[in-house]
Amino acid sequence: MTSSVTSSLAPTGSTVGAGRGPSAKAGAWRSGRYVLPLAVILLLLSIAAVTVGSADLPVDSVLRAVGTHLGLPVRPLPPLPDSIVWDLRLPRVLLAALVGAGLAVCGAVLQALTRNPLADPFLLGVSSGASMGAVAVLVLGIQLGSGPIDLTTGAFAGSVAAFGAVLLLAGRRAGEPTRIVLAGVAVSQLFSAVTSLIVISDAQTQDTRSVTFWLLGSLTAASWPAVALSAAVAGVGLLVCWANATALDAFAFDADTARSLGFSPGRTRLLLFGVTALVAATLVAASGAIGFVGLTVPHAVRFVIGSRHRALLPTCAVVGAIFLIWADTAARTVFSPQELPVGVLTALLGVPMFALVMRRRAGTS
Amino acid sequence: MIGGENAGRGRDDRSGVDGHARGARLHAERIGWGVAGVRILVEVALTAEPGATVGLLGPNGSGKSSLLRLLAGLARPDSGRVLLDDVALGALPRRARARRIAVVTQQAATDVEMSALEVVLLGRTPYRPPLAGVAAADLDLARRALADAGLAGFAQRRWSSLSGGERQRVDLARALVQEPDLLLLDEPTNHLDIRHQLELLGFLAESATTVVVTLHDLNLAAQYCDRLVLLHAGRVVAAGTPGEVLTTSRIEQVYRVRTDVDTAADGRPRIRYRRA
Repeated sequence: MTSSVTSSLAPTGSTVGAGRGPSAKAGAWRSGRYVLPLAVILLLLSIAAVTVGSADLPVDSVLRAVGTHLGLPVRPLPPLPDSIVWDLRLPRVLLAALVGAGLAVCGAVLQALTRNPLADPFLLGVSSGASMGAVAVLVLGIQLGSGPIDLTTGAFAGSVAAFGAVLLLAGRRAGEPTRIVLAGVAVSQLFSAVTSLIVISDAQTQDTRSVTFWLLGSLTAASWPAVALSAAVAGVGLLVCWANATALDAFAFDADTARSLGFSPGRTRLLLFGVTALVAATLVAASGAIGFVGLTVPHAVRFVIGSRHRALLPTCAVVGAIFLIWADTAARTVFSPQELPVGVLTALLGVPMFALVMRRRAGTS
Repeated sequence: MIGGENAGRGRDDRSGVDGHARGARLHAERIGWGVAGVRILVEVALTAEPGATVGLLGPNGSGKSSLLRLLAGLARPDSGRVLLDDVALGALPRRARARRIAVVTQQAATDVEMSALEVVLLGRTPYRPPLAGVAAADLDLARRALADAGLAGFAQRRWSSLSGGERQRVDLARALVQEPDLLLLDEPTNHLDIRHQLELLGFLAESATTVVVTLHDLNLAAQYCDRLVLLHAGRVVAAGTPGEVLTTSRIEQVYRVRTDVDTAADGRPRIRYRRA
C-alpha cells in the first residue's frame, strides 16, 4: 500500500472518466469462453450416446431418424431402428441432459446461497418428498378423481408438499440459510420415515423393487412429454438463476456485503430457493433422485473456472448434462441387458471425482 | 499526505455515475436497537459532516459494530432514524444507496472461493445493469484499485489464500471502487501492520469521502480523526474533538484503565497507559 490506498480514489475516478478501451483480458470474463466449446462437445456426445446400445446404430442412421421426424428431406429408416432412435434413445438422452444440467445448476445455486459446500438440489426436502409421493402412489395406490395417478405426478406432488413443509417450518425468516437448511433436514427425515413406514407396512415385493429402482434414480421412464415438461421448467428456472448470477457472487462472499451492494438477501434467497426446489421437483419426478450430480459437478467446475456465477452456471449446466448422459449410457449398456439405476453410477463415478477435487483444494488453500 | 490531497482532487474531477463527487452528511438521531429483547443501542446520536473522519470508540460489546450496521442501512433501527444528506436511509432505493454508502465489515469467512479481483469487482455491481457482464472499464478500475492497495500481483489469488491483512486491503479496494460518498469501516486496522495502519488512516483522514470508522487504538483515533464518538454499554458517553473526548477520567470510566493524557505538538491528545 505504498502510494497505495492513499491515492486509490484518484484512479478510481479517472479510469471511469477516461473510458479506456477494452482490456486485453476482458475476454476471460465472458461466460462464452467455456460454454460454447462445451456446448458443441455436448451436441456431439449426445449424438454419440444415441448410437450406443444393445442395437448398435451408426451416426448417419441417428441423423436420418432425427431428420425424418423434423421433416427434413432425408431417406427414412426402417420402422424398428427409427423407433429405437426416436422413441427410446433420443428422449432418454435428452432427459439425461436436462436432468444433469438442472441438478448441477440447482446444486451450484444452493451451495452459494447457503454458503454450504455440502448443499445439493435435494437440500430442501425435495427428494424425500418425491419418494414419499411415489411410494404412496405405488404402494397405497392413491387415487385422484376418476383414475389412478401416475408415479411422476405423485412424486411431484410429494416434492412440492415437502418444500411447502420446509417453508412453513422455517416460518417468516425462511430467507435465512441456517434456518431453511435445518427445516430441510427435519422435513427430509420426516418424509423418509413416512416412506419407510409405508413400504414396510404394505408393500408387495414387486412394489418394493420398483420403488428402490426409482429412488436410486433412473431414466428408463423417459418420454417426449417428460422431456418437454422438464425442458420448460428447467429452462425457465435456469434462466432465473442466471439472471441472479451477480447476486450469487455477492452472497457467496458475504451476506452483509451483498446487502451493502444493493441486493436484498432475504428476497433473493426465497426466490432462488423456490425456483431450485421447483426445478428439482420436476426433475426428480421425471427421473428419481439422481444423486451426486448436483453436489460434485459444481465443485469440479468451480475448481477449473472459478466461482463467478455468470460463467459458472452455464458451464455447470453443460458439464452436468454431459456427465449424466454418459453415466446413463453406461448404466444401460455395461451390464446389458441388465440395467443399473443411473444413481448408482453417478455415485460410483462421482465419489472419486469429488475426492480428487477435495485433495486438490486442500493443496491450494 | 501528498497522495491524499491528490486523492481528494481526483474525486472532484471524476464523472461519477450519480454525480456525488463530495462526501455526504450523515446524521443519526435517537437510535435505539436490540436483538432478542437485549438492548444494544440506546438513544444514540451521531453526526458526520461532509468529508469528515469520525472515529467510533468503545470497549468490546459497547455497540460500535451494531451502530455501524445501522448507519450503513444493513439493519433498521427499532427507533430513531439515520439521514444521509437529509434523506432517510429507508427512503433510498437499494441500488442508489449502494452507490453512496460502502461498508467494510469484519470478514469472518475464509473459505470464499473467489479471486481477489473478483471480490473487488463486486464493488462495481451497483453501477451495472442487472443482466450485464463485467465491463472492460470496471475491470481496469478493479485492477488499479488492487494495485493501489499494494496488491498488484494478487489479482488471481484466491481469497482463501490471502492473509488477514491482505483480505482487509482487498475488501477496502472493493469498497473504494463502489465510489461511495460515505465510507463505513469496522476495525479496518485490526489485521494491518503498523505501516499499513498509518497509511490507511492517513488516507481516510485526507479523502473527500465522509468516513465513520470503528477503532480500538485510542492514539491512532486521536491522531487521525476529526471527531470521536465514545460508546459505552450502547450509549454515547462523549462526542466531540479528540481533545474533548479523550480525557483521563473518561478513559478510566469507560475502559477501566488508568492513563496519562497530554497534548502533543499537533494539539491532539496523546495517551500513555499505566501498568495494570
